[in-house]
Amino acid sequence: MDEAVKRNAPSREFLEKIFRTAYKIRVFETEGIKLYRQGLIRGYFHPYLGQEGIATGVCAALREGDYIASTHRGHGHCIAWGADVKRMVAELLQKETGYCRGYGGSMHIADIGKGNLGANGIVGAGTPLGVGAALAAQIRGSDAVTVTFTTDGASNNGTFLESLNLAAIWNLNFILVIENNQYAVSTPIEEATRDTDLYKRGLSIGVESHQVDGNDPLAVYHLTREAVETCRAGKGPVLIEAKTFRHMGHHVNDPGKYMPEERLAFYKARDPIDRARAALVEMSGVDKADIDAIEAEIAAEFAEAVDFAKESREITAAEFRQFVAAY
Amino acid sequence: MREIMYREALREAIDEEMQRNSDVFIIGEGIAERGGSYKVTEGLLAKYGPRRVRDTPIAEAGMIGVGVGAAIAGARPIVEILYVDFAMLGMDMLVNQAAKFRLMTGGDGRVPFVMRTQGGAGGGVAAQHSQSLEALFYHIPGLKVVMPSAPADAKGLLKYALRQDDPVMFLEHKHLYMTKGPVPEGEHIVEFGKADIKRPGRDVTVIAWSNMVPRALEAAAALAEEGIEAEVVDPRTLVPLDTETILASVARTNRVVIVQEAVRRGGVASDIASIIQEEAFYELDAPIEIVAGLNIPIPFNLELEKASVPQKDDVIRAARRALHIQPMAIAAK
Ligand SMILES: Cc1ncc(C[n+]2csc(CCOP(=O)(O)OP(=O)(O)O)c2C)c(N)n1
Ligand SMILES: [Mg+2]
Repeated sequence: MDEAVKRNAPSREFLEKIFRTAYKIRVFETEGIKLYRQGLIRGYFHPYLGQEGIATGVCAALREGDYIASTHRGHGHCIAWGADVKRMVAELLQKETGYCRGYGGSMHIADIGKGNLGANGIVGAGTPLGVGAALAAQIRGSDAVTVTFTTDGASNNGTFLESLNLAAIWNLNFILVIENNQYAVSTPIEEATRDTDLYKRGLSIGVESHQVDGNDPLAVYHLTREAVETCRAGKGPVLIEAKTFRHMGHHVNDPGKYMPEERLAFYKARDPIDRARAALVEMSGVDKADIDAIEAEIAAEFAEAVDFAKESREITAAEFRQFVAAY
Repeated sequence: MREIMYREALREAIDEEMQRNSDVFIIGEGIAERGGSYKVTEGLLAKYGPRRVRDTPIAEAGMIGVGVGAAIAGARPIVEILYVDFAMLGMDMLVNQAAKFRLMTGGDGRVPFVMRTQGGAGGGVAAQHSQSLEALFYHIPGLKVVMPSAPADAKGLLKYALRQDDPVMFLEHKHLYMTKGPVPEGEHIVEFGKADIKRPGRDVTVIAWSNMVPRALEAAAALAEEGIEAEVVDPRTLVPLDTETILASVARTNRVVIVQEAVRRGGVASDIASIIQEEAFYELDAPIEIVAGLNIPIPFNLELEKASVPQKDDVIRAARRALHIQPMAIAAK
């Protein structure tokens, strides 16, 4: 943990919030994979395991009224943004009580009213959409900040440059967070680009850009907080490249054999959950019993969400017909 | 009623809606200081300022995407794309984002986004600046497709587009900007899904949109001299399509010609023909005639360009065929 973070002497309340968020994502993904394997979840499920530190740190620096836009690997962003786990599980189980009433699934969970513009099944699409939300905020005279979570893969897509450039010429309150997990499915980043330091791309078009250890939730938080301040001072946008690594394959059914064992071991040794837990213990004197209690509480919350989803009904054919009549 | 140009009618619609709702804004290439390539946005920068009237770099995918994002966040963007041909760079944002958002979010997410652009042949601007691409958008559930042929419709439809909540492909025609027509001052709204009978007639229904409407009207005038009364129906919006008005006209005339500038293959005309034969097969006294562009990219050479898209005489010949009138019989008359 870096000295600056220690000096800032975060409160127990804050550290507990960070740990709770990161751990909640971990539980959601771990248990969600079990539901998938039981056949309760269909389609794609891209786990955020190993990357929890990024969503956790970023969202902790935002406030009500801000916006986020997410990726195909979006469960963590929703949870960190404060989504109701019940409605998330219900969506994965294609139930009427889900965020999208079962119309969207894992790759499309959104909560527009709360400023979550949604996960996205199209790699890279969240960047122009997020810049658009930032533009809408500017036109309305609001100081809301929009964060788009994007990926190393999406950094090679044309809209990455087009939309970040628009954010730059218009000085938008926009933060682009690249989750550089160093793989796009099975393609390592070294094969996808010549310079793997993705933050440099922002520099080339005059955007303040930084690189951070994405597995360190507090470092991510502090950097994002500065970026938010920069934006609210009218000096946005800001680019943050957060380096990280997946704990498993690209999606639930990808064994990920192509991921080198040493690199995986390196990142697992820097697990964001362990670090969030350690920070809470070391800096606020919380003891093991307290930690166990928090973990048990989160596990119970997830179990409740599963019950809620299982008991929920699906959209009826009549409701479906009525909804789509306008098309 | 006063007469103004199509482009002035569009400007009036944007102006009135920007006045009425501070969430309406417009972005595009050269639209602010310069007033746009077709002068539709002239004067808007001076009136509404650089926050709501913005030039963009040449980044169609980005600007369409940013417009869609702003709409998702509740603003009402108009994104002007110079040529519909260039909208192809933003297809992901239109097809996979804007069109899908409402359904994917179970109805919570709406996209009050308007893309204004123009298409069509006749400008000597060759294959990459002359297409009629409405069928691409027509094919995508979730997009509204609007193609005004007259200044009053242009105003009323654009005003309506800026008050409803779905993504609108507002497709103008490069040949119509300077055409004049009567346009009501102030509040004038044309709802989507309401066709307009541009000329009544009892003998044959001619369905046409955008720049094919004036062409169909010229053909109808010529046919009238032969004693044939053509009814020209302009759907005005292809999605939603006013099948009621179309079918009612077919029930009166029992004969149909559909005219589209776009290439024939996979076109909207074919789909309208299929709807008519499905809903009104026993009303028909002749096969439905389709007059459409050739299945080719538009050539530069003026004569070849003309040969590639429907002309007045093509419509006249199709109407005669629908009425089983042999060319010889006419010649003998
Ligand atoms: C435009 C587009 N191309 C391809 C895909 C298929 N696809 C889904 S995820 C993915 C890899 C994404 O890698 P990256 O962008 O780095 O994100 P990560 O999965 O590592 O989080 C691909 C190729 C897609 N969904 N969208
Ligand atoms: Mg990746």
